[in-house]
Amino acid sequence: MEFASKGSWLSEGGPEADVVMSCRVRAARNLVGFPFVARASDAERHELVHIAKQVVLDSELGQEMIWVDLAKATSRDRQLLVERHLISRHLAEADMPRAVAVSEDETLSIMINEEDHLRMQLIAPGFRLAELVEQIEKVDETLEQKTDFAFSSRWGYLTACPTNVGTGIRLSVMMHLPALKLTNEIERVRRAAKDLHLAVRGYYGEGSESAGDFYQISNQVTLGQSESELLEEFVQVVLPRVIDYEHQSRKILVERNTNLLDDRVHRALAVLRSARLLGAEEAMKHLSRVRLGIHLRRLQDVQLDVINRLLLQIQPGHLQLHIGADLSPDRLREARANVVRKALR
Amino acid sequence: MKCDICNKPAVVHEVTVKNGVTKEIHLCKEHAEEAGVAMPTHQPINQLLTQFVMSQGGQSSESSRKSCPGCGTTFSQFRQTGTLGCPECYDAFEEQLAPLIERAQNGATHHRGKVPKRAGDSLDRTVIIRQLTKELDQAVTAEQYERAAELRDRLRHIDETPASPQITKQAKRKAKRPPKKD
Ligand SMILES: [Zn+2]
Ligand SMILES: [Zn+2]
Repeated sequence: MEFASKGSWLSEGGPEADVVMSCRVRAARNLVGFPFVARASDAERHELVHIAKQVVLDSELGQEMIWVDLAKATSRDRQLLVERHLISRHLAEADMPRAVAVSEDETLSIMINEEDHLRMQLIAPGFRLAELVEQIEKVDETLEQKTDFAFSSRWGYLTACPTNVGTGIRLSVMMHLPALKLTNEIERVRRAAKDLHLAVRGYYGEGSESAGDFYQISNQVTLGQSESELLEEFVQVVLPRVIDYEHQSRKILVERNTNLLDDRVHRALAVLRSARLLGAEEAMKHLSRVRLGIHLRRLQDVQLDVINRLLLQIQPGHLQLHIGADLSPDRLREARANVVRKALR
Repeated sequence: MKCDICNKPAVVHEVTVKNGVTKEIHLCKEHAEEAGVAMPTHQPINQLLTQFVMSQGGQSSESSRKSCPGCGTTFSQFRQTGTLGCPECYDAFEEQLAPLIERAQNGATHHRGKVPKRAGDSLDRTVIIRQLTKELDQAVTAEQYERAAELRDRLRHIDETPASPQITKQAKRKAKRPPKKD
């Protein structure tokens, strides 16, 4: 697999980038005539990978897709794909025939044999949900020309877990909410999200901690609402509200807690510039604060794209790619500190 | 299992491998939320299932033995795992699933989103193939070979109708697949 250490799209900005890191749209689909992945035999799972490969590579998308057989990929490559948000941790760690097709620009990925036969996903920096929803429809329609997806008129697209049934569409927005965290207002977001039937998760989605004040907000309801209604709710109601909360908190910090703010952001930068050993969570926490400092113009000599790129480069898979070897936890901490120090010199 | 922080029962159990070190986390609901640890994906449906089983009391045992003709999954297996066995499970367990889905999906009872472009004919074809396959199985079991041959012909004819070769392959596969037994 060719994975350049070039910054993927994650280092780019995009609309509302001071709060919205990235947006993601995922659609769950299953092929007619097969049991769901968990119930399928290994032979059937092989066949599903085989069929999916034909369907994807023979479609109009085929030209720009790179096929990765995950059962044959090294664990380091799988880790890298997880860190780039191209596959789920669940798919990386599963023990069965499975694969992913990734577009050359790393914005589209199609996971095979995740919980559902196909999980197609589009991801982009900044606040671009509407574009992504439009694009995923096209991907869906392109694949649909080559295969039949399980569908019922009552339940919509049929998925292994009934919590995904209907549109099978999950919208997720990765938000950077350091001011809400610093002012202890993050609970407001959680409560508001709960009222709107949204899930709030950490940096890597399901089952991950919210390292570095990065929160992923996604819809929990997939039935009874059309794709455009769901999108509208996100774009008109949910996101503006959260963005507004964060902006208010940032304003309060700048106006009333200047010392606290300056202390936090300068201290964070100092740690990053001088540490010789850095844990992943510690690095995320400080990078998050530096990122806040840049947006609030408290730090002048650090570039935003450097920080955005570091958020990716400090992950274990990327460090191992950079060094070219598997690293022990101690060596990882050392390598991480080196990469960060060099970038912020 | 108790929460790592307090003595309440843990609802979130996670084993994470970080930098090659395995770490187990057990947290109660409050501490999980506080730590920002997300609930497992199937938590809501599993909770609903538990409530459902409790509210059903004694009568649930009969319906939970019922199995899906498509994959052999029983409703009690679904209750354990939170995932269904195959698309046909939605038909087989419709009665039991409907109230669960409604609660998990904030009261929604029907799909209102997009419909596959070819849904019309692909749905019909799936239904017809399913029906014919069922009849074929019955005919073979009852040793009605003439009837079986006729049904096989009809299935073959349907197989040739679809537009794309991929669909043909899937449809054929479907027609051939014997129902799974447990
Ligand atoms: Zn607790
Ligand atoms: Zn089934």
